[in-house]
Amino acid sequence: MEIILTVLASILFSTGIYNLLQKQLLRIIVGTVLISHGAHLFLLTMSQVKRGAPPLLVDDVSSYTDPLPQALILTAIVISFGVTSFLLVLAYRTYTLNKTDNMEEMRGSDYD
Amino acid sequence: MIFAIFAPLLLAFIIPLLSKWKYKVHTGWLILPIPFAIFLYFLQYVGADFQPQMVSVDWIPSLDIALSFHLDGLSLLFALLISGIGTLVVLYSIYYLNHKEQLGHFYTYLYIFMTAMLGVVLSDNVFGLYAFWEFTSISSFLLIGYWHHRERSRYGALKSMLITVFGGFSLLAGIILLSIVTGTTSIQGMVEQSDTIVNSEYFPFILIFLLLGAFTKSAQFPFHIWLPDAMEAPTPVSAYLHSATMVKAGIYLMARFSPILAGEPYVFIALSLFGLVTLTWGSYMAVRQTDLKGILAFSTISQLGMIMAMLGFGTKVALFAAVFHILNHATFKGSLFMIAGIVDHETGSRDIRKLGGLFTFMPISATLAIFGTFSMAGVPLPFLNGFYSKEMFFQASLDNTASGAIAETLVTIIPVLAVVGSIFTFIYSMYLFFNTFTGKSQVEELPKHPHEAPKMMLVPPFILVLGVLVIGLFPTIFNESLITHAADAVYGGEANKEIYFWHGLIPAFYMSIAVVVIGAIMYLTKSKWSGVYQVLPGRLSMNRVYDWMVEKSETASQRITNTYMTGSLRQYMVLLLTAITVIVAGVLIKTSGINFDMAETASITATEVIVTLLIASAAIATIFARNRIAIILIVGVVGYGLAILFVLYRAPDLALTQLIVETVTVTLFMLCFYHLPNLKKDTSSWFTKSTNIIISVAFGLLMMVIGISAYNSRSFDTIAQYFIDNTYKLGGGDNMVNVILVDFRGIDTLFEVAVLFGAALAIIGMIKLRRNKGAN
Repeated sequence: MEIILTVLASILFSTGIYNLLQKQLLRIIVGTVLISHGAHLFLLTMSQVKRGAPPLLVDDVSSYTDPLPQALILTAIVISFGVTSFLLVLAYRTYTLNKTDNMEEMRGSDYD
Repeated sequence: MIFAIFAPLLLAFIIPLLSKWKYKVHTGWLILPIPFAIFLYFLQYVGADFQPQMVSVDWIPSLDIALSFHLDGLSLLFALLISGIGTLVVLYSIYYLNHKEQLGHFYTYLYIFMTAMLGVVLSDNVFGLYAFWEFTSISSFLLIGYWHHRERSRYGALKSMLITVFGGFSLLAGIILLSIVTGTTSIQGMVEQSDTIVNSEYFPFILIFLLLGAFTKSAQFPFHIWLPDAMEAPTPVSAYLHSATMVKAGIYLMARFSPILAGEPYVFIALSLFGLVTLTWGSYMAVRQTDLKGILAFSTISQLGMIMAMLGFGTKVALFAAVFHILNHATFKGSLFMIAGIVDHETGSRDIRKLGGLFTFMPISATLAIFGTFSMAGVPLPFLNGFYSKEMFFQASLDNTASGAIAETLVTIIPVLAVVGSIFTFIYSMYLFFNTFTGKSQVEELPKHPHEAPKMMLVPPFILVLGVLVIGLFPTIFNESLITHAADAVYGGEANKEIYFWHGLIPAFYMSIAVVVIGAIMYLTKSKWSGVYQVLPGRLSMNRVYDWMVEKSETASQRITNTYMTGSLRQYMVLLLTAITVIVAGVLIKTSGINFDMAETASITATEVIVTLLIASAAIATIFARNRIAIILIVGVVGYGLAILFVLYRAPDLALTQLIVETVTVTLFMLCFYHLPNLKKDTSSWFTKSTNIIISVAFGLLMMVIGISAYNSRSFDTIAQYFIDNTYKLGGGDNMVNVILVDFRGIDTLFEVAVLFGAALAIIGMIKLRRNKGAN
């Protein structure tokens, strides 16, 4: 099953990056969301899934799943939530100011 | 000793605070005692029975880098020059720079330099020496650019920085090779193994790198071009860094390694040739200058060339004369720089064409200048120290023996170049003195009415001129207590021990007489032959080469930067991702890190497969979605699907968090989407599309390979058991994930909260900003 999960994570990475390479801001944000999902899943596959009880201490249970990846993923979920919401508001601001959501049209350089 | 070296640096930290009161007390007065105390400290070592000292403190033991300081005769001579002239220069600068200048900056840079320079001449560890060496370059850069509003200052500062730091790098290369060959980082240790170094196959490279380091720092031809431009620095700096101390660091380096290098035919050829060419070219060019400091700059170049050449000769007499001349040059050149500064300060001009007849206005300065210039010219009078070392130089130039075609030719040319260089030295010395202080005065041409400098400003040059005379009259005192020890250190044994005024009618004496006679004739007929400068250098100049190189490297680097800094986010991503993919894949293949094994995996159930397929198809569908709401909902499907997976994989906390976060995210998307335009069809070219596909698929595949390989290759035991065992014992909770987050990795979580807080603040800020804009 871990192999299938890894494949799923890589599909999330691929589609995320494809979206990231687009011009429209909304797609770029969707891309980052997908990439962070992929990363979470990727972390999860590093542990041996489905072996042992959930990581909640109960009497008479001696085998638990690995709690460490879960703790890391929990942190990552919250951080990516922060990033996503920040990007969304940034996209909204950018659009109201520049009247475009096309990254290629927004590019500028110091030499202009 | 370590405190003496670092005291100026420590003081440099509080100088900015002291300079707050600069209107009440000139900052210079407050910090003057430090260099003087250091001078007294080193003075206690002076004496006939001096023995080398060694102090060492570990710095980076793993790399065998220590702050070890070795005080021998050569280091002592330099340390006395640095602290002694440092004291005089600080005293002088009190009158040279007034309260309006940024005194804090000036003295901070100057004191950083003082520590750096003491470190260079006292370090026994080569890497310590290198670190201090670069500090002298940096402080020199800052001091040349002190009047940074002037374009010429910035140009000069940059030039000196580029050239000396280039030399610094090659010095680093040289000392790394040296430490590889000898297996030690101590200079004394290297000297003991000089045979190993000389016979090693790296020796040519070591030699070239060390020579480049020394030649750039000591302004040897063709790297001399930075020194005249460095004259944009305030005059105290020119007197201190660019004549008495820093430019002698290259000389010091060669002298320090002299016990290793001496006697090697290529060392003889390189040092003598470059030194003599520098001597001749520097003095030839000095005659042409019109700026007082320009004359002194080229004169410094030429004197440095002379010392370098003597180190190249490598005979007892030559090495002794080199060390002696280091001291003499510091005294007369330091005083001349200070007098040039006084002339500039009191008349408002340094242009020698406008000056003249200043003797009547500034009798004391002029008298001091007589001694300085005549000593520099090597006029044979018993009270001028310059004559002693000049005569020894002539003597040494005749004594060379060498084998091999190049070296033999060189041996015959050396005396000729020595005399020619000295003739021009005589001419510019006379030119400098007589054209400034005698002749017709043109007071009306000058920006200020000339008058004598304040008494205290005359004290530093007076002390230096006194040094000229005392060394000239009683050379033996200095010889026995100081110079002999320094010469011994350079020679690596007993060096020459005597200084005489009168050697008898030997060839060197005739050479001195010839210099004076021919020099005097040529000075008087200068206007007749000065047309020669139209032919040589004419339009030839190393400056043009330097400017061309700087300009070309600037345009080239701009062109390269412009090719990849296009401002297009997509192109940056393409570059980054391609680089990551190629490098990581390359490493994976190179180290055969790919590891595929199905044995250790969990069983597959139908539920999981269905959820997986759902997520995968939703993720792929995002690419084809053409509608804003559709894409948001599809992303939601991915997120909720992930939550289900978390449930299946026994991660209740993750599932809960994911559900909440996903709900909030989708809500946020929904709030924003109204304000964003609808998705458009991807109209980009076929090429762009296929690049995007290739990159994203390649990256996905790479992550897949990494994931599977990582799963199958466990290099370390899992630390999960530690958390399982200790969650209750140490954290007092049942939920392991929670205990890890708030206890074991509590600081992580704290930063996480800080990140969220920052994001929240930024979001609020951006929304508020809209309201204000809207009001306008």
